[in-house]
Amino acid sequence: MMDKSKLSDPFEKARVEKGYGHMDDQNDPVTILLRHKDVRKTAHNWKTFQSGGEEVGRIVIPSEVKIRDTRQIPFEVDPPLHKEFRSLLDGWFKRPNEPAYQEKLHKQISALVDEVLNKDEVEVVRDFSLKLQSRALTLLLNTPFSESETWISWGTHVFRSEGESLDADKANILYNYIDERIIEAAKNPGEDLYSVLLGSEVNGKKLTHEEVKGIMILTFAGGRDTVINALTNSIAYFSEHPKSLHAIKENPEMINNAVEELIRYFAPLTHMGRVVTEDTQVCEHAIKADTRVSLCWASANRDAAVFENPNEVDFDRKMNPHVSFGFGTHNCLGATHARQIMRTLLGILAEKVASMDIINTDENIEELGEFDRKVGYNAITVKFNKY
Amino acid sequence: MAKITFITSDNEKVTLEGASGSVMQLAVNNGVSGIDGDCGGVCSCATCHVFVAEKDLEKVGDASEIETDMLELADEANEFSRLCCQIEISEAIDGIELTVAK
Repeated sequence: MMDKSKLSDPFEKARVEKGYGHMDDQNDPVTILLRHKDVRKTAHNWKTFQSGGEEVGRIVIPSEVKIRDTRQIPFEVDPPLHKEFRSLLDGWFKRPNEPAYQEKLHKQISALVDEVLNKDEVEVVRDFSLKLQSRALTLLLNTPFSESETWISWGTHVFRSEGESLDADKANILYNYIDERIIEAAKNPGEDLYSVLLGSEVNGKKLTHEEVKGIMILTFAGGRDTVINALTNSIAYFSEHPKSLHAIKENPEMINNAVEELIRYFAPLTHMGRVVTEDTQVCEHAIKADTRVSLCWASANRDAAVFENPNEVDFDRKMNPHVSFGFGTHNCLGATHARQIMRTLLGILAEKVASMDIINTDENIEELGEFDRKVGYNAITVKFNKY
Repeated sequence: MAKITFITSDNEKVTLEGASGSVMQLAVNNGVSGIDGDCGGVCSCATCHVFVAEKDLEKVGDASEIETDMLELADEANEFSRLCCQIEISEAIDGIELTVAK
């Protein structure tokens, strides 16, 4: 059976028949938009479907209104201020395109793959993906490698909600850590992201502690589960499709399109919310002001109106307008880093790993009202085999 | 071989020569400012948006439906807009001028 790595599309029927679905979330229900066209148009229209409203944390699903006061930046800021923050950050977050950054990333991932190749069995989420993600984050923040040990020690669930109830204590581990690091950087400025932000201005004003914190929370939280899901799903996929890995070994120039296709198929972040600012409609469905919609990237990526054979992983797809990194103004700030991680991983796996065997899996199923979606794994044990 | 001229947002003119591949890849390989090509050319990111000079529209040809749908929602798009990852380099496009959108 070749189905342990499969991610099915629970949205298909609703997408075709209605174009939307519903879920409740702490008594603040969400209309989930499912069609590629609607998702992109809605993401584009940041005035009617806002991210930067009064209530901090409301566009996240499950809502973080009750557990977070710090506004994530630029995520929860709309234009025109959004552009000022984004312009400040874009250069830093494009550093993964630099050869020196790529070389360091390659060394990190290569060492980790060697490590798992020398073990009998590996629980990939905890002992591969979390480590890889945490170590790579030290490059994005330009902080010492040793910091990754702290982040790894938090485990995978540090920011993750367990079902409906959000765990404020767990979130506070991260928020307190970031507070400490900002205070430290203010005392002893270095060349890390905290220091760079503390030394920066937006609209002629120095960034405040709270603003730096908002950027750092986004950087930590936005790139944690998402990257871990993408990495773990990749391991599962290539375990069941060794020929694809061998094809990459033969033709490394496939890597770019393979990564885009895997990211389309995985959609590591299922959806993201917006708050509706006026009575409107999407696909002939009336939507009231001050309610929430979500942009379902995972569903849009399987829309047969755009993608042929949407449920097949096809590395030969030439056009691949997936929305796994969002779309429009608020598209993913960490996408360059994420893509570079994935491209590097695929190259190293193809070069070093002959095959992988899945021993057992514990799937991570998200409950989204009428839909249940597998987004990855809580745990998956794999044996990595050398050449 | 084809010569392709890029006009960047600071009004600098860069002329590059290429034989094959996409115009986006040529621009990225030579560090043309404002062409990022984040998705590597699969038409998912719109970070290679250019305006084709009116005289060259015919040479460059039409955008596909997927590209047109993407451009409809791109910032500052107009009738001269293209995503240059979707323009293949060949002698047919020798001499074209592209103004970088970003």
